[in-house]
Amino acid sequence: MNIQNELVGILAVWYREFKVFLREKSRIVGSIVTPVLWLLIFGGGLGSSVSISGLNYQAFIFPGILTQAVLFSSVFFGVYIVWDRKVDFLKEVLVAPISRTSIFIGKVVGGTTDALLQSLILLVIGWIFGYFGIIPGLHITIFSFFLAILVLFITTTSLVSIGLIVGSQMESPEGFQLISSFLIFPLFFLSGALFPINNLPAWLAPFTFLNPITYCVDALRNVILGTAQFSLAHDLVIMAIFTVVAIAVGTYSFKKMKV
Amino acid sequence: MFMPIIEIKNLTKKYNGLTAVDGLNLEVQEGEIFGLLGPNGAGKTTTLMMLTTLVKPTSGTALVGGFDIVKNPADVRRSIGIVFQDPSSDEILTGYENLKLHGMLYGMPAKLREERIKEVLELVELTERKNDLVKKYSGGMRRRLEMARGLMHHPKILFLDEPTLGLDPQTREHIWKYVDDLVQKEKITVIITTHYMDEADKLCDRLAIIDHGKISALDSPAKLKQVVGGDVVVLKTKNPNLENIKKLEFVKKIQTKDDIVSLTVTNAGEHLPEILAAIGKVESVEVHLPTLEDVFLHYTGRAIREASGEGGWAEKVMAFRAKK
Repeated sequence: MNIQNELVGILAVWYREFKVFLREKSRIVGSIVTPVLWLLIFGGGLGSSVSISGLNYQAFIFPGILTQAVLFSSVFFGVYIVWDRKVDFLKEVLVAPISRTSIFIGKVVGGTTDALLQSLILLVIGWIFGYFGIIPGLHITIFSFFLAILVLFITTTSLVSIGLIVGSQMESPEGFQLISSFLIFPLFFLSGALFPINNLPAWLAPFTFLNPITYCVDALRNVILGTAQFSLAHDLVIMAIFTVVAIAVGTYSFKKMKV
Repeated sequence: MFMPIIEIKNLTKKYNGLTAVDGLNLEVQEGEIFGLLGPNGAGKTTTLMMLTTLVKPTSGTALVGGFDIVKNPADVRRSIGIVFQDPSSDEILTGYENLKLHGMLYGMPAKLREERIKEVLELVELTERKNDLVKKYSGGMRRRLEMARGLMHHPKILFLDEPTLGLDPQTREHIWKYVDDLVQKEKITVIITTHYMDEADKLCDRLAIIDHGKISALDSPAKLKQVVGGDVVVLKTKNPNLENIKKLEFVKKIQTKDDIVSLTVTNAGEHLPEILAAIGKVESVEVHLPTLEDVFLHYTGRAIREASGEGGWAEKVMAFRAKK
């Protein structure tokens, strides 16, 4: 294995994903507008009668909505290889003289880039909403901004890997819609993105605490709002372990993937 | 002296007990255009996928460019180029970007990459369209782009999987010309799968007829056609007098299907009046030199169109229309 070739190969896969990302403008717009609608309309509507631990409800769900945005775009990014497979584009990449591990890494880096650019825009929008008092109590500082990006980076890496694992096992795009119902929405609802997790009913608590995304939301609340269930270190360690496992399983399933 | 550049040894692939490729043994010489000819589902594409390391054989192996497809897949991949049956370029990228991506995947330094992109774009006459999205290309242009891409890293062996499937006749002729020119210019070996007889006949130096995952015949198109052993006379008749025909010593072979009688005849032009006198009333007569279609029929007992899913279907539709 030639390390330099592998690195250029990773760059090649990333190059393609980034070009595609820039060309699919409607996808970028959608990935920004939907979270803003959640924040303003859902958050605004429910927030008129609910506030959580002294926080404005819209501010409270901002970290959750941020997580939701990257959750959807990262997982779908990964599952998207089903379409590469439907035409023979996936074969073209797999027949190149680089290892499947590099292809996997290139894909993960590509998906993470997309999701982080999206997060960046949403964080700036959040900052504007806070600064102009549209969402009272949302104060995003430079410091929290960078910490949030770090948390989101770890999270998206694992989520793109999960998407790629699912996509590499799917033979045709027919099951695509099921991904939202059986993977993304459960992860989202169980993460405490929309509610506090300190007083959950007994049947719900285990599911929430088993959901890795819970710790991403918690960490983001910690760095953006200064309120959290667990310490930042606790959340980050769990997310890091989850990410390492997801990448390991992803690499393995890519190696086993049939064309 | 020619050297085998591909040596296939007992190559076998089974899918859930179904044998797609059955103990294939074959040698391909350096610098030839070699065809794998057979109906859809005969195992051609599976063979190609194994030779290009995308599918692992169940048993057996092959040496491609001197490397073992099972033990050294990475080395094999470095020495081959392939144009897949289905479109394999990215529609959302431009032609140029597709080639750049390919160059990067094959670890080419930037300077060499740009040179090669220019070179192959000129070769397939797409220089002027290089900055258009592939989405806007016609089917033939897209195939040419993919062919350019397959050649960009100067492979020793180029695999073409049904290169003209679904293309119009004019574009097909163009593609054939490109392949022919390429072999002249680049001195590479080309392996082509096809179920088009004319394509195999026109392009290939040698070809293997594959049916049910096995080789039925292997030779140059000319020699294969000689095996048929004469001209082919096809007669359409309701009531053929086959007993009379059998008495004619210049009739080598008789095959009948429905109201079609197909005879293999030495010197058909000279003997046609005698045949017509012997067989009785006929609706139509056709005389031709043996084609690969006849060769396929000779070896497998079936017309390739019957054996191919789509072809058979189209024929049935035509037959249905004819009845009405």
